[in-house]
Amino acid sequence: MYQTTYVRAGSLAEAANLLRDNPEAKLISGGQTLVPTLRQRLARPSHLVDIAHLAELRGFAFEGGLLVIGATTTHAEVAASDLVRSKIPGLAHLAGLIGDPPVRHLGTIGGSIANNDPAADYPAAVLALNATVQTSKRTIAADDFFTGLFETALDASEIVLRVSFPVPRRSAYEKFHQSASRFALVGVFVAVLADGSIHVAVTGAGPRVFRATSIEAALAGSFTAEAAESASISADGLNSDIHGSAEFRAHLVPVLAGRAVAGAR
Amino acid sequence: MAHEGIGARVPRKEDRRFITGQGNYTDDIPVKNAAYAEFVRSPHAHARIARVDASAARGAPGVIGVLTGAELADDKVGGLICGWMIHSKDGSPMRAAPYAPLARDVVRYVGNPVAIVVAETKNQARDAAEMVEVEYQELPAVVDPAAAQAPGAPQIHAEAPHNTIYQWALGDKGAVDRAFAGAAHRVEIDLINNRLVPNAIEPRAATAIYDRAEGRFTLYTTSQNPHVTRLVLSAFVGLAPEHKLRVVAPDVGGGFGSKIFIYPEETVCLWAARRLGVPVRWTADRRESFLTDAHGRDHVTHAEMAFDANHKIVGLRVKTIANLGAYMSTFSSSVPTYLYATLLSGQYDIPAIYAEVDAVYTNTTPVDAYRGAGRPEATYVVERLTDIASRRLGIDAAEIRRRNFIRSFPHQTPVIMNYDTGDYEASLDAALNAARYAEFPARRREAGARGKLRGIGLSCYIEACGIAPSQAVGSLGAGVGLWESAEVRVNPVGTIEVLTGCHSHGQGHETTFAQLVAERFGVPTDQVSIVHGDTDKVQFGMGTYGSRSGAVGMSAINKALERVEAKAKRIAAHLMEAAESDVELKGGEFVVVGTDKKIAFANVALAAYTAHNLPPGTEPGLKEGAFYDPQNFTFPAGTYVCEVEVDPKTGGVEIIQFTAADDFGTIVNPMIVEGQVHGGLAQGIGQALLEGCRYDRDSGQLVTATFMDYAIPRASDLVSFNVSTTVTPCKTNPLGIKGCGEAGAIGSPAAVINAIANAVGVERLDMPASAQRVWEACRAARTPVAAE
Repeated sequence: MYQTTYVRAGSLAEAANLLRDNPEAKLISGGQTLVPTLRQRLARPSHLVDIAHLAELRGFAFEGGLLVIGATTTHAEVAASDLVRSKIPGLAHLAGLIGDPPVRHLGTIGGSIANNDPAADYPAAVLALNATVQTSKRTIAADDFFTGLFETALDASEIVLRVSFPVPRRSAYEKFHQSASRFALVGVFVAVLADGSIHVAVTGAGPRVFRATSIEAALAGSFTAEAAESASISADGLNSDIHGSAEFRAHLVPVLAGRAVAGAR
Repeated sequence: MAHEGIGARVPRKEDRRFITGQGNYTDDIPVKNAAYAEFVRSPHAHARIARVDASAARGAPGVIGVLTGAELADDKVGGLICGWMIHSKDGSPMRAAPYAPLARDVVRYVGNPVAIVVAETKNQARDAAEMVEVEYQELPAVVDPAAAQAPGAPQIHAEAPHNTIYQWALGDKGAVDRAFAGAAHRVEIDLINNRLVPNAIEPRAATAIYDRAEGRFTLYTTSQNPHVTRLVLSAFVGLAPEHKLRVVAPDVGGGFGSKIFIYPEETVCLWAARRLGVPVRWTADRRESFLTDAHGRDHVTHAEMAFDANHKIVGLRVKTIANLGAYMSTFSSSVPTYLYATLLSGQYDIPAIYAEVDAVYTNTTPVDAYRGAGRPEATYVVERLTDIASRRLGIDAAEIRRRNFIRSFPHQTPVIMNYDTGDYEASLDAALNAARYAEFPARRREAGARGKLRGIGLSCYIEACGIAPSQAVGSLGAGVGLWESAEVRVNPVGTIEVLTGCHSHGQGHETTFAQLVAERFGVPTDQVSIVHGDTDKVQFGMGTYGSRSGAVGMSAINKALERVEAKAKRIAAHLMEAAESDVELKGGEFVVVGTDKKIAFANVALAAYTAHNLPPGTEPGLKEGAFYDPQNFTFPAGTYVCEVEVDPKTGGVEIIQFTAADDFGTIVNPMIVEGQVHGGLAQGIGQALLEGCRYDRDSGQLVTATFMDYAIPRASDLVSFNVSTTVTPCKTNPLGIKGCGEAGAIGSPAAVINAIANAVGVERLDMPASAQRVWEACRAARTPVAAE
């Protein structure tokens, strides 16, 4: 990696100040994307501002019907949390499918959504569950958060603090792995929200996470695997690479949605 | 003392240091004042170098020197060689082009080294490497082996028109043509043996030291055969005569073939250490490993098999194009020829075989031996064809193989090999029973009810290990002999040091070789140490590859042990005042048969060194050496059965059961052998399901250059393997050992693909059988979900 300055932030305020004062500074928590990027010299931050240890960013709460997860909570902690497993089992299941054990013990929910890899798992849950992202500056709705390929609504000095998930009636996540990276070749999160509305969010298939409205419509008529599978998704605009063509990804979306419906609880 | 001899499951002696992080790898060797190297590499698959300007880099902080191909030429450093001469069928020698360690005029693959930057720290070397300005004029590139021969393809080396290195053939074409003309049935297949990246856990590394006062080099490096490295660096590259060059391969973390070869980077580090007057260290990062470790496989093949009315194979015809990459690596030429076509008879009695192999240059990383080296490719051809024949001819997959097995030995195949021994039906039956093959139809029905396609696939492989004898391989073009050396040094207290020319990089030689000593002298294995991997300690040896260390290396040790025993026995008889013919070695003691007279082996050793009372004319000491040149290859064989379930909606493949029944001859340590089989199976299954090197056809960029895009198997991709062995001892070496290191990787790809093809109901399915490929095959087969 290039020479850089590592700062272990003593507080959230210090981290925010460092970001404000150093336009080329980068936040680091689990480093699951950033560290490999640095090692390959694909990024050259002036500072690495470490926030992984800040207690105020870590852990779980259940407040006003919302399941709140701190930004630096690791995937392994989410997967193992009794609170998450009881309130939103589909979310705990999703966290347990990310990467491999070392990744899950370092990678964090805040890092995942801030990076917004088109094949990351968490964005599907955030979008399907209608979550909100609390940052150091404001609250952002899921619909507004994920703006494009590796792009979010966050500005350069904005820090994700926590993510608040409304508890759905039921939900489930189905993932088809890309065999090398273990990111999602396609991942589908299906949720029946408290108001009865149905959200189907798809990751891995497109340039960013999206709602599969054709499947949502089919499920509104009949919340069954067959209904989900009968919907079709256009391959236009979907990702195509050595791991799967756009057509294959388009085929997988309703198949996985059907399986998620069958497993939703 | 627990039994620690041949056949005992002795825990690996080396594991204490490996598991506790105390291994001593090249990058761990402490060297004072060492500098760090970074290579400037071509970002293009094919380009002319118009200009190299290193002036900015030379002035960068910490930089000790920047060297390019121009300085290499000034110092008259020779090029790298391919050590096996192959002649084309027209008699002409292979068209090997020069292979300069640093490219001077043209770069021919992405990663081709152009310059070395040496600096005080690794990061300074990297920073400065980015400042070396290389002006390239891009040339069109070709990465596909068939396309490389097409008219108008980019010419990679002037020496090889149409990028063709050789057009080689083996076998009797006329006999095969006649067999096909008279055959009752013919089947054919087009297949690709996918290119693989070796991915040893320890990347390649070099620590090069030049002692100016002595004019002597030391190279610590990740090598499977340090003596061969020294030989090539001395005799061909010309850096130093052998007595002025010490090559040490300390602990090495995996090789799979990729660390046999003599590479540009290690060579350049050695030269740079002298030229710059500073020890030079280099350790590849993972991206460099992907780009520059010699890749494996990469064959494009058309093959046909002919049968008589009784479903006996009467002929086999094979045409293969082998991609050797941008330069000919050290043993690259032998892999698709004498290590491939000579195995095309498989386990079958085939009267006529003819194979043609074209080797081509492409703008890709050099290709050379990788675990199995030619033999996996041969097995894949034979076992895919046999399976297709079973389907077309309507005969059970096991039955068609059984019907064609070789049953009497020795057996001369039409493709050079003479199999000494084997019992192919025994391993087939063992595998079928262990896999509950007969009950498979019920399992398929049950899976069908769950919407899954269940399939079963067989692969009856043969391999040739312990490549030899030297005279024969020499007549086939090898530049080296393939014997092995050993020296056994008994210390005065009876502990024993064994020096071997083999090299352990995961094989467990420190344990298995000690077991051989324990077996003979009754000493505990912890009183035996194995010395290897240092040209200052071991006089010469050929290293470890091709599953040769048991069959060849241990045979050499055995020969030296016999000599030690003979001398010790002479001394023991003298001490006990008995006739030598009445003395036997039993459980670590020399006994006079029929009496209670005995003397411990350790006491004989002491007597040999005190030399107070030796038989007349006997020299003091107890140390013997031996060179062992085998009479023949060894021929391990076995049957693998793979059972899979395919999800027709996603193309996902799950291996449900994998059964291996191998015949490795005598087994020294069953635990280590099982480990070798497990590892080989993981790599073979990886080839079949996950691994596959992909180059962009136009740019020649390696698309799968990281683990994010190149999938190697994880534990969760595999099953708990069901392994067993049958034994027919090898007849051509004293221990009956055949070798086990590559079998898993050789036999398993065909078993996996045959199982998926069986599940889906298709004939052609290329590796890796990715979900998309399998899904497309399911669609093509229009298989109903509950297929029977």
